[in-house]
Amino acid sequence: MFQKTFTWLDERLGLKTIYDTVLDRKVPKVNWWFTLGSASLFLFLLQGITGIMLTIYYVPSPDHAYDSIQYIMTGVSYGWLIRGVHHWGASLMVLVVFFHMLRTYFFGAYKYPREFTWVTGVLLLLLTLGMGFTGYLLPWNQRAYWATTVATSIAGTVPFLGNFINQALRGGMDLSAVTLARFFSAHIWWFPAIIGALIGVHLYMVIRLGISSVPKEED
Amino acid sequence: MPSSPQMSRREFVGIVTAVVGTFMGAVLGIPAINYLIAPALKKESADVWIPAGPVENYLVGVPTLFNFNRTKVNGWEKTVNSYGVYIIHHEDGSILALSNKCTHLSCRVNWKPETSAYVCPCHDALFDIDGQIIKGPQPRPLDEYETKIEENILFIHYLGS
Repeated sequence: MFQKTFTWLDERLGLKTIYDTVLDRKVPKVNWWFTLGSASLFLFLLQGITGIMLTIYYVPSPDHAYDSIQYIMTGVSYGWLIRGVHHWGASLMVLVVFFHMLRTYFFGAYKYPREFTWVTGVLLLLLTLGMGFTGYLLPWNQRAYWATTVATSIAGTVPFLGNFINQALRGGMDLSAVTLARFFSAHIWWFPAIIGALIGVHLYMVIRLGISSVPKEED
Repeated sequence: MPSSPQMSRREFVGIVTAVVGTFMGAVLGIPAINYLIAPALKKESADVWIPAGPVENYLVGVPTLFNFNRTKVNGWEKTVNSYGVYIIHHEDGSILALSNKCTHLSCRVNWKPETSAYVCPCHDALFDIDGQIIKGPQPRPLDEYETKIEENILFIHYLGS
């Protein structure tokens, strides 16, 4: 029965081909450092799911942001767990993506023909840091407010363009409701959409080119 | 893969992945569902007895308006609602507490001694001193609150709406 249904679907969707291409690839003998990419992808999906869950109760407005998070932490069943996973997952994702970059660098995996995979990877690392930067403001507590004040001021020290960048980030002269709204928008729409698209490109090239092996003595 | 009586490495990894995956799915899935439906599972018991002062404050035969506020907490937001109750102290000592909310479209009715009726300013609904319909568009008499007297203090039973 199951076999019949699967054959029927496979004939139309090519499930076996997708499975063979994506998961049943030939790979060289590698070690645990090569799992960091999958770990990054898993963390991205985890952050996506828990983030979507948090938007059910979170309100990106200065009068409600803090209170709505208090409500998530104390008023909703397992709200502490969902927020906790998102909070710790964020730090872990930055670490894992960074180690993934270090692995690629030290194993020379960025070389021909994988230069473009490296470039998309660097963009993904920067966007991951951007997610951390925009997400940090959302709790709208003292730490979030002043951290963002300092960080946007640092961006303001860029020669010539500094003031413009500072105001573009803040959506005005000071941190305000406008800042919170644009950080929220970047955090849940712009960055995840771009990250998702770049992961697609990154994975396409990993599948197309295969992964590099561990460098040997003679390399 | 040569067929051997033992489980192949590939089969073993597949089964372990399925078992661990199911366990992780349950551990994460059950709290997730709880999180989503939490507001639907909450029972609101806003039911409370509100003190309205000593009984002798209410003159016999004269409907007296008593006002109180209730705060409703909805998640991260609070709403304060005010309520008006006409207290009627009958000659036989019994107490009647009527909501001043018109049963037609919820405007507030006022006691008019000259006509001996509660008059609604919106559509001229008229109620007699005990809240019964005299005339007008209202579908039912004024709503009644349960009352009790403890140590000469009048209490009104607020049910939460």
